[in-house]
Amino acid sequence: MKQAKMNRTTRSNLITYLMVIAFFVIFQILIATGNVSSLLKGQLVPICAYVVMAISLNLVVGVSGELSLGHAGFMSAGAFSGIVAAGYLQTMMESETLVLLIAMIIGGIVAAAAGVIVGVPILRLSGDYLAIVTLAFGQIIKSIVENLYVGYDANGLQFSMVKNTLELGEGGKMLITGPMGANGMATISTFTMGFVLIMVCLFVIFNLVNSKSGRAIMALRDNKIAAQSVGISSSKYKLLAFVVSAAMAGMAGVLFALNFTTVVASKFDFNTSILILVFVVLGGLGNMRGSIIAAALLTVLPELLRSFADYRMLVYAIFLILMMLATNNPKLKGFLQSISAKIKGAVGKGGEANG
Amino acid sequence: MKKILSVCLILMLSIGLLAGCGGDETTNNNEGQAGGTENNAAAIKIGGTGPLTGGAAIYGLAAKQGAEIAVEEINALGGLQFELKYEDDANDAEKAANAYNVVKDWGMQISLGSVTSTPGTATASKNYEDRIFALTPSASSTSVTEGKDNVFQMCFTDPGQGAKSAQYIYEQNLGEKIAIIYKNDEVYSSGIYETFIAEAEKLGLNVVSTTTFTTDSQTDFSVQLGEAKNAGADLVFLPMYYEPASLILTQADSMGYAPKFFGVDGMDGILTLKGFDASLAEGVILLTSFSADAQDDMTVNFVTKYQDKYGETPNQFAAGAYDSIYALYNACTNAGVTADMTAEQINDLMIEQFTTMSFDGLTGTQITWSSDGTVSKDPKGMVIQDGVYVGM
Amino acid sequence: MLFLSYLISGISLGSIYAIIALGYTMVYGIAKMLNFAHGDVIMVGGYICFFACSYYGLHPLVGIVMAMVVCTVLGILIDRFAYKPLRQAPALAVLITAIGMSYFLQNSAQLLWGSGSRVFSSVIGKGSFSFFDGQLTINYLTVVTIVVCIVIMVGLVWFINQTKRGKAMRACSEDKGAAQLMGINVDNTISLTFAIGSALAAIAGVLLCSAYPLLNPTTGMMPGIKAFTAAVFGGIGSIPGALVGGLLLGIIEIFAKAYLSTQFSDAIVFAVLIIVLLVKPTGLLGKKINEKV
Repeated sequence: MKQAKMNRTTRSNLITYLMVIAFFVIFQILIATGNVSSLLKGQLVPICAYVVMAISLNLVVGVSGELSLGHAGFMSAGAFSGIVAAGYLQTMMESETLVLLIAMIIGGIVAAAAGVIVGVPILRLSGDYLAIVTLAFGQIIKSIVENLYVGYDANGLQFSMVKNTLELGEGGKMLITGPMGANGMATISTFTMGFVLIMVCLFVIFNLVNSKSGRAIMALRDNKIAAQSVGISSSKYKLLAFVVSAAMAGMAGVLFALNFTTVVASKFDFNTSILILVFVVLGGLGNMRGSIIAAALLTVLPELLRSFADYRMLVYAIFLILMMLATNNPKLKGFLQSISAKIKGAVGKGGEANG
Repeated sequence: MKKILSVCLILMLSIGLLAGCGGDETTNNNEGQAGGTENNAAAIKIGGTGPLTGGAAIYGLAAKQGAEIAVEEINALGGLQFELKYEDDANDAEKAANAYNVVKDWGMQISLGSVTSTPGTATASKNYEDRIFALTPSASSTSVTEGKDNVFQMCFTDPGQGAKSAQYIYEQNLGEKIAIIYKNDEVYSSGIYETFIAEAEKLGLNVVSTTTFTTDSQTDFSVQLGEAKNAGADLVFLPMYYEPASLILTQADSMGYAPKFFGVDGMDGILTLKGFDASLAEGVILLTSFSADAQDDMTVNFVTKYQDKYGETPNQFAAGAYDSIYALYNACTNAGVTADMTAEQINDLMIEQFTTMSFDGLTGTQITWSSDGTVSKDPKGMVIQDGVYVGM
Repeated sequence: MLFLSYLISGISLGSIYAIIALGYTMVYGIAKMLNFAHGDVIMVGGYICFFACSYYGLHPLVGIVMAMVVCTVLGILIDRFAYKPLRQAPALAVLITAIGMSYFLQNSAQLLWGSGSRVFSSVIGKGSFSFFDGQLTINYLTVVTIVVCIVIMVGLVWFINQTKRGKAMRACSEDKGAAQLMGINVDNTISLTFAIGSALAAIAGVLLCSAYPLLNPTTGMMPGIKAFTAAVFGGIGSIPGALVGGLLLGIIEIFAKAYLSTQFSDAIVFAVLIIVLLVKPTGLLGKKINEKV
């Protein structure tokens, strides 16, 4: 019995991996044969970034059970440090993949550091109070980046806050110009790198969730007092989930930012945090596969709704409300469950007959 | 739970897909009708992106409507036919890239770029990569045209406006002590501010107070105005759009502070703001290239048509888009562009035309472009007297 | 003197935050949900009053009453169709629905009334009290806002503590199951809370637009988030807490702009919030709920 249960988790994880791989392969084939519209092609990298954002937030909201409304803040921290790293490295390195990789790692580290700074003090809060502090943190990051100026010249990187006092020497280039954000980056993100990032993050999350630490995190979510009474350190494990999640968000930020020639701080605002939370809730708390599907579909959905013209965002809002009502309707739930049970029963019988 | 979810998601997607397919045709039809084209195949497809929803929608909608009027007029002439398609970018670089791809998939041959600066930078680099010529009506940041040979602007660049404003204040000797309030998280506002302050230093203008606000805090200006008043500023420079400016004027009035206010082209529109007490804007000076009150035939014609069709007074975004379409029309006629040419062929002809031609429109006469894509036209200094613009 | 006038601006801004925060806190206290659509109900209230007064030339008081009626109905409808089916659902599902509702209201407003801004003409006449030879002026509007804010708070406290309905509300917020067993109609009580919260939103909308007279479909969003912050600041669920939180937030915001930096004022406000919550994890006046094992 125990083994069967183990297998179920492994199998479920495997299906998720396979789903992502299949998605990647299908799109590679479609691109190679020229069957993808430029719209969808242009959306592939953002989809990958949002998928990573969704699964990383799911680690905090679903697995660890803490509501975060500032996840885009980590994306922002990662994105802008990644832009600086990439901008600087491009003067020294040829290989775009290598530059992107290093930029992603740096973005991840910076975001993780931000995760520690935010995480250590605030994890003594819980519930809505934690939510509001993460929201506040997202606003603070936005405010800081909006006043940050970074550039480089022969003397190396230069920083300035509030006012652009940088006097760059010959051949110098501004990387981040305060409210104007970053401009004129080389777009080095690729769908393949996005795919690799999703796989790596999935691997890390699945292993974390199935490890001793993961069980401790979930025990804290389900009953904090009981978990603490058996010696599980609340702050240690919650922080672990928080920081891992922040690092992934940072890497997703780098992937996202380097897919466009321009990025501004206000892109990573409260609305983006909420958008990612919507992916997570719609996909199911703690359900990574659900998050992936929800993130991909909801990123494409507004584009599909373009034919509604001015009514587009209204239709999107109605979709959102109806989806939440439908997924939480006991009658509908029971109805669908009975159908799926019947299908399962039929398939099961068929399988037995065949065997 | 998972199953229900996936069923629902699949349902949702399929509905979306169906709607997407079904709707596309209707949109095309509508566009065709709006453009008034009798023969769709022979029309040159012009695409653009702009914020049609969200907080910046007013700018995108104005540009779209201005361009629509121009396209209608041109198509009524019977010669070269245009077909126009505007897609929503919600003032966001990511959505703009999507919107750009939508119009590209539609078969865009000439681009109107984007209406606002941040999306404009994103779409301009795509225009450059795809070799589709772009003339943006109002994306004024320098990063839009920088390093792209086929992206041109119909509006002034932000730095250009900042420097011109400083020179104007200096030449006309408008203020002894100058205070600046600008919007810290907006490309437009901070772009103008940066060159203004640099130029002001050069000219020896006395800037006594510099304060900022953001989208999140554009309600209360008591502190910014309080500081300006306290520093004894007799001229307040407001490089921003007219909406926050209207709040500043109202609040300055209620605290009894009456310096001269100096605005840039974003200030145009303040008199048409619904419900705004025009007496508050009395004496406001602004540098702008378009005024809806001008009495020349072209402006009167445009303003009347716009009001008839959309029930609003056009602002500089509408005028810029209207001019952009006409500039493209002139260039196309001169170069002998036909609808069966590829975007790349048109691109090369257009670059040649725009670097050599001169254009007269709503937003200026004898307008020329330099090869880096920036426009050269003179802003007019206007002062608001008794609720109308008067040239200075 | 400048200090005093900044303080007054802060109090004026803070009282508007406080009225909005009262709506948030009421709904949170009873329904245990963050009603993100609250800010957008404010916007609707502003528009209704705007049309009543500016287009139909009605008396401002009539406009306010109309805004209150429309918003109350709107609040009840929102609750009936979007929140009521989710009473048993996880809190996050309700949160997302509320966000969906917020998008819905914003986009409907844009379609109905256009995206352009309108300038709201104040419901309170122009004019001000002058002190110290005109060095310090206080607008009538500021005085009215502060008075309205205090009246509402006192009224709410009285309602919650003294009336039968109010007692039912408190019972629901303590323990829904037990309240139901005692014969309280929990669903109706929650709907009533939404109705009151939305009526307050209408008043807040009119006052907000009178003080900062620019009305567009996203007007309610930022004040909504700030007021939510204020409610948490004071201890969400606590009515006096909302007042204290709102006033403090307004004052901190103005002072941060005046004495520290206009660039970082938002960051400073939120940093103060974080520090306060670290010292008092349930807000200034929030109740500490003891955990049960």
